[in-house]
Amino acid sequence: MKNNNLSILLKGIIKENPVFVLILGTCPSLATTNNVAGALGMGLAALVVLICSNVLISLLRKIIPDSVRIPCYIVIIAGFVTIVEMIVHAYFPALYDMLGVYLALITVNCIILGRAEMFAGKNSVGKSALDGIGMGLGFTVALVLMATIREVLGNASFAGNPIALLEPYKIEFLVKAPGGMLVYGLLIALVYVITRGKAPLKKSFSCAGCPNAGSCQTACTSAQAPESEKGDAQ
Amino acid sequence: MNTQLKLSVSPHIHSGRSTRRIMLDVLIALLPATAAGAVIFGLRSLLVVAVTVAACVGFEALFSLIAKKPIPVGDLSAAVTGLLLALNLPANIPLWQCVVGSLFAIVVVKGLFGGLGANPVNPAITARVFMLVAFATLTKAAFPTIVDTASSATPLAAEKATSLTDLLLGLHGGAIGETCAAALLLGGVYLLVRRVITWHVPVAFIGTVFLTSFIMEGMDATAALAAILSGGLLIGAIFMATDYVTSPATPWGKIIFGLGASLITFLIRYFGSYPEGVSFAILFMNILTPYISSWTRRRIFGMGGSKA
Repeated sequence: MKNNNLSILLKGIIKENPVFVLILGTCPSLATTNNVAGALGMGLAALVVLICSNVLISLLRKIIPDSVRIPCYIVIIAGFVTIVEMIVHAYFPALYDMLGVYLALITVNCIILGRAEMFAGKNSVGKSALDGIGMGLGFTVALVLMATIREVLGNASFAGNPIALLEPYKIEFLVKAPGGMLVYGLLIALVYVITRGKAPLKKSFSCAGCPNAGSCQTACTSAQAPESEKGDAQ
Repeated sequence: MNTQLKLSVSPHIHSGRSTRRIMLDVLIALLPATAAGAVIFGLRSLLVVAVTVAACVGFEALFSLIAKKPIPVGDLSAAVTGLLLALNLPANIPLWQCVVGSLFAIVVVKGLFGGLGANPVNPAITARVFMLVAFATLTKAAFPTIVDTASSATPLAAEKATSLTDLLLGLHGGAIGETCAAALLLGGVYLLVRRVITWHVPVAFIGTVFLTSFIMEGMDATAALAAILSGGLLIGAIFMATDYVTSPATPWGKIIFGLGASLITFLIRYFGSYPEGVSFAILFMNILTPYISSWTRRRIFGMGGSKA
């Protein structure tokens, strides 16, 4: 895979979109996308944390011992999340109330841990920062897209502003959790159609890309499980 | 007669049965229920039927066009989906909701999974479940226009029991096509005679619901009869649970399918928060169908006794 800087930045937006292609960060994607404002806030908060943690982890990648890298990543990520949470609490109290526990849960967001493990732990600081920006933007775009569909069709409003035209045609189901699942599935299908043949699915999901690769070498070498599962899904 | 399985080499004679012919038979079998709905709920119900069928056929053609596939409208399966869906809707439903339901049935449930034969769940029943959770109006059933009725709920939700004659004739609240038990049974007999469906699923489904209701109602046969004649049980068991694509193909598989569906129906009716559970039950069993099919797969003749 050629790693020129532009492709690192852009791949997070569609080709390796963390939500629709890598299927990471599912929980916040479903929970915070019933309105556009919350989704945008969530996306931006995760973007900031992702950039900061990617940079710091990349800086420390030679120092952190391999066997305890996950706890180290978590401490770094949790530190940044705490900072972001305090800032949001101080300056955007409405957003803080809207996101609730999901803001603190950015700590265990798979996208951030996943990028730390897959990318920042192996690449230079500059590239990791670009990867963080690209993936964070991809996450934000995905959340806002989902939230737009759900809020406009489900609640007849956009970012809290009512759309009178759609008021009688609301499908309230879409702002509830099962509706979120439905929209999520349809968007995954759509992105798959758009990127068919281009998304490096197998490569990303092979053993080398798996966060547990270090601890499950025997299982990985004896059976190429992730590959065959992926084949079935297609 | 010799009941042993006769095997022969090719050439085989085509029986003349086609998807189109089977779908046409289902449409014919649904006609009595549609007519009964029009009589009971007024002409508005025919409008709902027309809009839903037209929307389903239209979306099928449109989706095939966009997906660059041959347009399969001629096989009538979209029309069957549309008619079944419409018969599951109350007559007073806003028409735009019919269109959204049709879009869901044809595009999301059928088209995106690869068209007829590749859909994992029955499009009509899934669209009904979708509309049940998406639109509050669907739970408020329409009422017959030809009789005066003071109650405001379907028989399953009503306090006062509806008489068996009324249930048989369909003179009570509910969806367009699900109330008139006599018309549905007539359609079911037609399908059985035409060998479009076999008896396994409907008998297992309806029989088990009768038995469980009989026990739950304190050995009261009238109440148990009322339980099988009300709600969406007949239309579900005869027309939707027998869908070729989404129910098992083996006789034992069909019986397990019917038993499972009736058990879930019974649980939802007696212990759930919804008054009716037939559509959820069929949807759930649709999802289990591949597993039931593989459990009940016939051992290939002459392949020895090893249990694989």
